[in-house]
This record gives sequence, structure tokens and C-alpha cells, in this order.
Amino acid sequence: MGKKESTFINMVVSLLLITLVSGLSLGFINDLTIEPIAKAKLDRKINAIKLVLPEFNNNPVEDLVVVKSEFAKDSVEIYPAFKNEEFVGAAVIGSSEKGFSGLVKIMVGFTPDGTIQNIVVLEQKETPGLGTKMKDEKFLKQFRGINPSKFNLKVTKDGGEVDALTGATITSRAFGESVKMAYDEFLKNLDSNNTSKH
Amino acid sequence: MAETINQKQNFLKGIVKENPVFVMLLGMCPTLGVTSSAFNGLGMGVATLFVLLMSNIVVSLFKSHIPSKVRIPAFIIIIASFVTIVEMVLEAFIPFLYEQLGIFIPLIVVNCLILGRAEAFASKNNLMSSILDGLGMGIGFVIALTALGVTREILGSGSIFDFKFVSEDANTFILFILPPGAFIALAYLSVLFNKISTKTT
Repeated sequence: MGKKESTFINMVVSLLLITLVSGLSLGFINDLTIEPIAKAKLDRKINAIKLVLPEFNNNPVEDLVVVKSEFAKDSVEIYPAFKNEEFVGAAVIGSSEKGFSGLVKIMVGFTPDGTIQNIVVLEQKETPGLGTKMKDEKFLKQFRGINPSKFNLKVTKDGGEVDALTGATITSRAFGESVKMAYDEFLKNLDSNNTSKH
Repeated sequence: MAETINQKQNFLKGIVKENPVFVMLLGMCPTLGVTSSAFNGLGMGVATLFVLLMSNIVVSLFKSHIPSKVRIPAFIIIIASFVTIVEMVLEAFIPFLYEQLGIFIPLIVVNCLILGRAEAFASKNNLMSSILDGLGMGIGFVIALTALGVTREILGSGSIFDFKFVSEDANTFILFILPPGAFIALAYLSVLFNKISTKTT
């Protein structure tokens, strides 16, 4: 079996066939994985909501409020939580494009007075082992129970109160910024959240 | 008989004599980039092993149908397809690892180890040899990345496979999880590896 000669026709045909087959197989795999990927994302969202908010018994995903934001390119998602028809807090998705490798997306849970209940990182592309440490307990715990109106969300290097991650100041900055954005959105939409169920 | 010995060597050479990382110094981008923890190194190694094995198989099967002038683009398309498959499957079924490895999964495409094996071995040898070569090289890569990851994790964060054996706020050599630490650890591991492997052969 000799090697095919590099004539123009041969080259075009073989490249065409290869790209065709790879395109088709990728499409096939995409069809197979598109559902599990969407499901994994939704599961993560629901789990995140459960983690960041106090106990609730409505379905925040159904009560989702999407608002246009002046701080972010996309619109901002707010998940209000109610327990027995009473507003107990809201999970707000904050994001920042200023991460070390682009977008950082977090979910911040606020109690009705604006205190941060908990934070979960949803999406990030930071350096493994450095920026990804923003998901660690050690970094996150400094945000719990604080109220951003009395807490400067900049890193200490920039005159704020956030202890930056070692070797990942840029990530920490983006994180602080995302929290700030979530808080601003929360405040702006607090009234509509409060009244939406009454 | 000679054939089986040959095939055994074919398989083993990737692990010891021609280890892609410690001896041939191929595929340095993921090697240095993701090995900040043992688990990341292992995950990256296994993902690369899969792509390497599959691309070796496909390239070896179709080698006589690919005109030599367009072989590089053809190989790259084949490799890129498998990488994309790995990426989608990881995102769907192991989202945790997908998040950890991040940008380094698509970058497997340009891992010179994979293109190197397709070009230097699979395009010249039969299917069986190519499978063994891919497996051997892949396992060598997995071992190297895991070793590097373990070393850096122990020194840099005082843990192994996320199991911490020093207290939470103990001082560790953070240098080793930073990029320069990757070079330092790789250099010393290479020295050690080559010293041991020359002694045994």
C-alpha cells in the first residue's frame, strides 16, 4: 500500500473527508453531551442557591428575576428565596471580566438586610492552584456575615479590607468586584424582591 | 519471538528510556502549567493519554490515505477532534475536573508530544505498534505529571491528593505552586529520573 501522492485533488479530497468525518462525530458527541452538560450546570446552580441562602421553601429558579445591569455586559440574575411567603434573602450572580484569565462568576447570598450569608464560585478560568483557591474556605470565610455597606470590598493592597490570595491578587480583586456588583444589584432590586410575593 | 520482545520494548520505551517529559522534554506547556496539585497532574495526564492513544490509532489506520504534503493539518484536525470530545465529555460527566483544568484542556491540541508521536511514529508504523507506543508514551506522561504534581503539592501546599498533613495556616513553600516552582521541580525530578534510569540499564 503506497503513500497517496500529493496531487492537488488528493490533498483537497483527503482534507475534506477528514474534516467531514471529524465534524460529524463532534456533532454526534455534542448531541450526546448537551443534555448532561445543561443538567450539570442547572444542578450546580440549584446546589449553589441552597448553599448561599438561609432555609427556604419556594423554588428560586422559577422566581428568577433577570435585570438589566449597568455594571455587567449580560443581564444579572437574582434568585429570591421565600419561607412561608416571607422574604428570607436573595442569591445574586455577580461577575467580573477582570479575572486573571477573564470571566469570574460568583453567586452571593444576601439576607434581607444586605448581610452576606455565603458565597459560591460558579465559573472561573483562573490559574489552577493559585486563583482557583478563591473557592477555598480560607478565602471565602472572610466574606461571611459582613455587610458590604460597612466593609470595603477592595483588597488590602488597594486600601480595602479583603485579604488577597497569595500569588493571585488579580483574582482576589475580580472576586471583590463581583461581590460589589452583586451587592449593588441586590440593593437596587430589594424593593421589587420584597413585594413580588405579596 | 523477536517480534514480541520488540513490542514490549515499544511499550516500555515511553515509560523509561524515552519518557516524554523527563527524557525528551516534550509537552512542557501542560507539564508546567497544571501540575500544581497531584490530582490536576493525574487528570491532565489521563486526558492526554486518551487523546494520544486515539490519535495514534486513527493516524496509523489512515496513514496511507493522507498525502504527505497535508499530513500536518490532517493530524491536527484529528487531534483537535479528540480533544474537543474529551472536553465535552469532561464538562458533562466530571465537571469538577473540567473546572480545575480550565484552559489547559483545549491546549492539549498543541501538545507537541501528541503531534510528535503521530508524525514520528504512528504515520510510519502499523496499528499494533502505534497502540503500544501511544499507551507507553501516555503512561509515561501520566507518571511524570503525577510525580511532578505530587512533589509540588507536598512542598507547595503541604498536602497530597488534597489530603492535608500540615495545619491549615502552616507556612509552605508557595514558590512550588507558582510557575517558577514548576521549572525547579521539573529540573530536579529530571536529574533524579535520569540518574536512576541510567543506573538500572
